[in-house]
Order: sequence, then C-alpha cells, then structure tokens
Amino acid sequence: MAFFSILFPDRRTELQEPVQEPDFFPDLFLDQIVEAVTASRKEHRLAPFFYKPLQDIDSVRYRQEVFRDLGEAGLCANMKFFAENMAALRRYRAYIEQLHSVHHKQGWFLESAIHYCDFVQRLLTDLTAADLSSRGLSAFRTYVAEYVHSVHFSELLSDAVKAKTDLRAIRYCILMKGSSVTVRPYESEPDYTPVVQNVFARFRQSLVKDYRVQFPSRSGMNHVEANILELVARRNPECFAFLEHFCEKHRDFLDDTIRRFDREIQFYLSYLDHIARIKSSGLMFCLPRMSRESKSIDVLDAFDLALAHKCVSENRAVVCNDFCLQGSERIVVVSGPNQGGKTTFARMFGQLHYLASLGCPVPARDAQLFFCDRIFAHFENQEDVTTLRGKLQDDLVRIFSILQQASSESIIILNEIFTSTAIKDAVFLSEQILRRIDALDALCVCVTFIDELAYLSDRTVSMVGGIDPADPSVRTYKILRRPPDGRAHAASIAEKYRLTYERLMERIPS
Amino acid sequence: MNPLLMYKDADFDPAFSPSVHQQELMADLALDTLFQAMADDDSYCHAVVQKAVLSGAPDVETVIYRQDIVKDCLMNAQVVRDMYQVTLDCIEKKRERRLSFFSRYPSAVLSNAIDLLRLFLGQLRIIRRMADELSSRFQSEGFTAFFSMLRRELDDDYFRTVEKHLDTLKFPHGVLIGAALGKGNEGTGYMLCTPDEKEPTWLQRLFNQREKEFTFHIHPRDVSGAQALSELKSRGINEVANALAQAADHVDHFFSVLRAELAFYLGCVRLYEKMAHLGLHYAFPVPAPASGRAHAFDDLFDISLALTMQRPVVANSMNADGKDLVMITGANQGGKSTFLRSIGIAQMMMQCGMFVPARSFRSSFSAGLYTHYRRREDDTMTSGKLDEELSRMSRLADLVRPGDVILFNESFAATNEREGAEIARQIVRALIEKRVRVVYVTHNYELAHGFHDKHTGRALFLRAERDSTGGRPFKIVEGEPLSTSFGQDLYRTIFDDVTPADTTGSS
Repeated sequence: MAFFSILFPDRRTELQEPVQEPDFFPDLFLDQIVEAVTASRKEHRLAPFFYKPLQDIDSVRYRQEVFRDLGEAGLCANMKFFAENMAALRRYRAYIEQLHSVHHKQGWFLESAIHYCDFVQRLLTDLTAADLSSRGLSAFRTYVAEYVHSVHFSELLSDAVKAKTDLRAIRYCILMKGSSVTVRPYESEPDYTPVVQNVFARFRQSLVKDYRVQFPSRSGMNHVEANILELVARRNPECFAFLEHFCEKHRDFLDDTIRRFDREIQFYLSYLDHIARIKSSGLMFCLPRMSRESKSIDVLDAFDLALAHKCVSENRAVVCNDFCLQGSERIVVVSGPNQGGKTTFARMFGQLHYLASLGCPVPARDAQLFFCDRIFAHFENQEDVTTLRGKLQDDLVRIFSILQQASSESIIILNEIFTSTAIKDAVFLSEQILRRIDALDALCVCVTFIDELAYLSDRTVSMVGGIDPADPSVRTYKILRRPPDGRAHAASIAEKYRLTYERLMERIPS
Repeated sequence: MNPLLMYKDADFDPAFSPSVHQQELMADLALDTLFQAMADDDSYCHAVVQKAVLSGAPDVETVIYRQDIVKDCLMNAQVVRDMYQVTLDCIEKKRERRLSFFSRYPSAVLSNAIDLLRLFLGQLRIIRRMADELSSRFQSEGFTAFFSMLRRELDDDYFRTVEKHLDTLKFPHGVLIGAALGKGNEGTGYMLCTPDEKEPTWLQRLFNQREKEFTFHIHPRDVSGAQALSELKSRGINEVANALAQAADHVDHFFSVLRAELAFYLGCVRLYEKMAHLGLHYAFPVPAPASGRAHAFDDLFDISLALTMQRPVVANSMNADGKDLVMITGANQGGKSTFLRSIGIAQMMMQCGMFVPARSFRSSFSAGLYTHYRRREDDTMTSGKLDEELSRMSRLADLVRPGDVILFNESFAATNEREGAEIARQIVRALIEKRVRVVYVTHNYELAHGFHDKHTGRALFLRAERDSTGGRPFKIVEGEPLSTSFGQDLYRTIFDDVTPADTTGSS
C-alpha cells in the first residue's frame, strides 16, 4: 500500500480543507478547545483539520489506530523529535535567505542538508524499532524505508559528508596588524594562551573572577569575516568548488511526502499534548467505540474538555458524569438547579460526539458513541433581551432551520431554550419541538427548567443536576438519571434557612 | 602566593560586619578603646583589629602561631611598619592610575592588566629585597615561611620571564590567530598563536607577493569594519587577557591580604608601645585546651580603663581552675564591673593571639565569648526591661555551645530579688550543666547564696573588697556572698551625712 496521508486512509477522502469552523463551535466551546490544542503550533495551520468531521467509520478507525500507536510514549516522543527537527530545518532555510556571502549561504545549506539526512535516518530507526499496528504509520514506515534507500537520498548523504569532511579539515591563521588582515595556512604555531596562563599561575588564588568578555553566541558574519572566508575559500579552491556543486545538485532535497507528514502528524501530537496536561490531573480519555447502526450510548466519567483545561490550570477539581441511552431512548431532558452543571453536561455530550467524529480520544473513561451525520446546537443568545419578540422569532427560525436539516442520524443539543418567554409559551413551544425531534428519531439533549418535558414520551430520559443533601447550597455538578425533583430541592433550601413548616412552627411563638 | 601570617593555611579576610552579640561585646567590654589604641587613627587598621579581636583564632595552635609572630613584630617594629607601607603604596599607586579591568574589550582588559602587573612587580621586588635582607631577624614559623615563600616564588628568573611575556603581550608584530571552519563556514576554534619572535621572517612573508594576494585592508572610514576586526582580535586574546587580569587580581589580593594581616600586627606593636610608655605590664597568655576548666591569672587589669585613665589601674588575681562558675558579689563601685571586663578583654586578646594586660594569664580556649549585661539606659520602662533581658538571653541560648564563656553583669535584676534569682538560677544551672563557663556579677544575695550552698566545689565566689574604714582599693578577693551590698557606704560617701538611722539602710 502506497503511503499518502497520515490523516486519511486514501486519496479520495481528503477533501478541500474548510476554512470556517462549524456553527456550533462557540456553543460547545469547541472553538476554545481547538484554539488551546493548536496554540503552540500556529505555523502548521492545524485548525482546518479540526473543522471537518470524518464521513465514514473506517476513516475514524484509521486515525484511532494512529492515536493508539502514539499512546506509546517512546514513539510519541520520537515523532515530536522528528517534528522539532523539521521545524529546525525550516529555520535553517529562513536563515539562509537572509545571508549575503555565497560561501556562507552554501555553508549553511550544507548544514541543513546534514541535519535533514540525520533526522530522516533517525526517523527510520525509530519507526523500525516501534511496534506499529496502525495502517497509517506502518505505511509511512515503508515509505521512509524506501526513501532512505533511494539513490536520491544516498547521494545527498554521501555528498554532504564529503563536503563537510573537507571543510572541517581546513585550518588557517589570521594575522591582524593595524588595519591589515592576512589569511595564511596554519603552520602548527603553538597555542599561546596556556603558556601565559602557566607563567601567571603562580599568583593563583582560590577566588577567581572571570574577566572574559562574553561574546554573543550569534551566528552570522560581518563583512570582515566574509572577506576572511573569501580568502580561505581562495586558499582551498577544491573544497569550495565541491560545496558549490553540492548546493546545485541537491537544491530541492526535502521530500514532499515527508513535508506533508510533518504537518499532518501535528494533528495527533497537538491533541495528545493538550490532553496530556489534563490527564496528569487524573482525568481519563478513551478511544470511543463507534456505531452507525445502534443509537445506544454508554459513557463513563465524561467531562467538558474546555472546562477541564481551565480547571486544571487553576488547580480546581473537575466533576465527571456518566450517561447512557438504551433501546429506544433518544432524548435526554436535563433539569435541576441553576449553576448545577446542566449546560456543561449538554456541551460535553456534543463535544464527545464531535471529537469522536474527528477520530480523536474523547474526554471519558469509557465511551460507546453514535456515529452521527451532523451535530446541531441551539444555545440561547443571552445578550440581546431588548426585543423579546424579535428574539423569540429569531430562536424559532433557527430551530426550524435545524429541524429542516437534521436527519434521524443527527444529534441536536438544545440549551435553556425559551427561558425569557412566558412560561405557558415556553412549555408549549418546547413540547412541540421535542415532539418533532422525537418523530425524527434524532438524538437530543435538552436542558430545560420545564419538568414536564421529562415525561413527554417513553423515549425521553430525565437527568437532574445534583446538590449536596447535607448543604443544599453546595452544587455537586453531578448529573444523575432520575425524575425531576425541583420541589425537593426547594424544601432543602428552606431547611437551610429554617423556613420549613416545622421550623416556622417552632420559631414563631404561640 | 599567600602571606599566611594570621592562619597557617588561609588568608585573613578583613571584611566584617559585627553580629549583634559582637556589638554587645564591644559595648560591654569597652573594646573600642583598645581598638583605637591599636589603630592610631588608621581606620583600615581599626577595622582589621576589630575583626581580628572579635573573631579570634580558631584554635590554640593558631593562637600560638600568632603569638610567635607578635613576638617577632615587637622585636622588629620598624620592619613591620615598612612592609605595611609598601602595601599602602601599592594601593595608592593603583588608585592614582585608576586602573580597572571592567571593560567590554579584552584589549582594554589586557593593557590595563599589563600596566597593573608592571606596577605590582615593582612592589613585589621591594618586598623580595626585604626578605633577602631581613629574614634572619625573624624567628617565628609564620615569618620564616613567609620570607622563604617570597624568595622561592619570586626569584630573578621569574621576574625576567614575566617581563618578557608582558612585552610579548603588547603584540608589536600583530596578533596571529588560528581558526577553523565551523557551522555554516563560520570561523570557530579561535586560538591565539605564539607570536613569532623573529621579525625578519614576518617581513619576508609580508613582502612576499603571494602573501599580498591574501591580505585585505580595512578602510580608515569603515567604522563597522574596524569594530569587526577588533572583535575578532578580542576573541583571540580573550583568554590571555583573562589570565592576566586574574593574575593582576591575585597579586592585588596578595597585597591586600598582606596589608590586612600586617595591620593586625602593627596594631599589636602600637599597643605594646603605648603600654610601655604608661608603664603597664603585659604577658603572653597560655591558652589551655578548650576541653578544660583553666582560668587563672596574676595582676590582671582592665586595659581599656588604663588607656582611658592614662595610668596604671588596680590589678587582680584569681585562680578559678576547675570551676564552672565564678560569682562576684560585693560593694557598689567596688570594681566588680571593671574586674568582669578585664576578664572578658583578656580572654579575647588571648584568643586572637595577642599578649594580655597581666603578669600571667592562663585560660581554657573557648570558641565563643558572650556578654549579658543589664542595660541601664532605659530605666523608665521597667516592665519591658525583663522582657528585653530575657529575649536577649534567649538569643544567646541559640548561640551558646559547650565550652563557651558567658559574662553576666547584674542580669535579671529588673524584677524582684526572688524572682530574678529563680530565673537566673535556672539559667545558670542549665548553662553549667552544658559545660558553659559562667562569670556572674550580681547584687542578688539570694542567687549568690543559693549557689554558694549547693555548688561550693564547682563555683568560685569572689567579693569586692573593702577595708574596715570603708575606703575602697578596688580589689577583688575570694569570699562568700554577703547579704548586704554597700549602697549605704556609697550614700554616705556621696552625701557625707552620717546619721544612726542610715546604718539600718537597705540592701
């Protein structure tokens, strides 16, 4: 199998890279996640890779295999090492662009070629030593092996070694007197510094102050050094002629497939780097089992990746939640106290499915997910409350549009819809919409304050944001599968303020 | 090259900032009077003797080592003065030329170092000559080693070699630097080549046609070119410039250490001369091993008092060998404080290697000497005073180690007698069980008497002596604590108004 891309199993699946993020990105905080994932690798323009969910399960598996292989720390480090070396190669090239002296440019071109040969060989060694099970990396290994043994690469290597060996052997002397500079061959003149050090060693004390002037370890040349190099080149014409020949012959030594691999492997490395920080706080990720046929979902210890990123950097604990949909269950109705983690739950549900469709590990200990065709999200726009009527109309237009596009294989996430509408309207509208979704047989998460929605049909599941029974003002952020219990919550709050019936009876004197 | 006149194997570092307890020592023992007498308006010498006296020598061996040198110095006062002067000249000349190595340019570092080394070589020659001419007059191990070190390290051949290199390092024929091609064909591995001595060969090369082909010139108006050339040169001479600057530094250091060490001995010489002038006696003390309990002297007097009064003062003798505790009681103005001070000063003088103001003095070497004096300054704040004393005591308790000496002067008297006694008793008992030597001046009869009854064998009790007429010769003699102090005497003396009622007076 010829190697083409580490992101796609075959040429056909690679489509034009989208430049725009999907509509639901901000609502699901996926924009934050992608930003955080790609932040340190701007030069690779990785974001488009995250804008395009895969279209078939085989493509997902192709990536999951690569992720699984990279889960081995050694291989992952090797790939990072390769990527760093590619970055260094780019820096070499940019640097060479800035240089003026021909011999200097050629000198650095040679360095870049040596560097390239070095790390490509190292890449092959690393891949050969690795125990690979992914189709992608195995094919790439075969490709690199063929490449390294090609005539093209072998000549590049042997020419580079010869050019460098010759240049390294050159020794010369610079005689500086007044304003004149003479370049001479080195004739075994002894080093004067140790002689001087030895003569004055007699005064040596334990305390030593360093009077050496620190020269900035810049690379580059001023015109005096360039002139000297010119004279050194003239004194050693053969070496420099070969160097020139080398540069001409190997002008385009960087292999296209390797260049492409370098960018694409960043997709994996960036994501793994990002989740490694979160994993270190004890949270778990998994490669989900995906099905297109069954809408059964079963997830353990899932969390919101964007929130987790924030919490980990602030050293706060992250609450994980389980959820499942079995048999004919399709709609999760989430109710419960404000600030109880309902919206986070909805977001997490969307994130898990979206990340899974990219072939990425998802933020959960274990996950069986549905391979949906599209994800839709409607999060109420909190900002403009000025025109309530306009807003309601706008909401309905958007939801209508979603329902037009959605299929039985879609996932729809509705968060706190109609909160600023009259309760009667809100109940009515919500019921209507859920019934339509129900009829569509799509998967849905609906965050709402309307308890009735939980009893809409036997395909709805009720989940409730939890509070600590001992102190009702403390949110557990646990979303549990149980009937809506808004009243129980109200009772416990009352207890805390000693305003229950019994308390008031005791407190109020007869 | 190290003078090694203070320690056998280390330099004396005059840098010093006295710790809190050292400041207390200075105040309580009036040490500044001693330092002034030793320094004679030489503020540098003042700082040195202050540190030397307050820090002391690390062990008995070093004390003896210094005592021998002091003896040499007393015999050769003028030589010590001359040598000290050479070190002063050195510093003065250096200052005149404002030589400094701090530069971003190795060439400046190098040329300054060359100039400075030439200056130092001149001064080293003078010292060497002194070593040649005068070494036979010195007997001590320290001076003998010092002089032979000078003759060994600074032989004439060496002077010639150094001079030669100082000339070469001016690079009259140009700087020759070896190099190789590093990454990107950039020059690397710059190495200063030994300059060719024979000029003709070079001239031949320069006039060689082929050589000319490989030469270029920096245009006089090419400022950045000149800078680049100078940087290249700098890379070549960086290491030798460093070597020379360090060498100059080291010689400079040698002179400054020599100056510091001689300053101490010059201080001893000056003090000796002053004492001789006032007719005061002195002796070289015998430092006993630190583990023991030796403490005996004859005719010890308070040198600070004598220097202030400019005349001989009362001297005392004591034999407290084997005692943990010396407790001194007796009349006000009876000389107790002076006596306590003389003990402290003598111990410090002994421990830094000096002679002491006594006919004989023998004491166990002790690593630390501390004072705990009642502070009289702030009598108004009576309630805070005991706190202040206890907090000071607590600080001392952090510092004090077995074998150390603590001098108490009317400590813990800021409360009633019984309470003060109880506090002090517990402290003193702990200290002496920890093998700390305690000398305690007190009015507190309860305290003194308590120890007298229980610790006769391990404690020595002294009393400020008065004769039967009430006149005071300021003599301290052995004697058990008396329940009365002599405040009434004092009262009488001052008011000269004797009435029978007064004799019942208070204690």
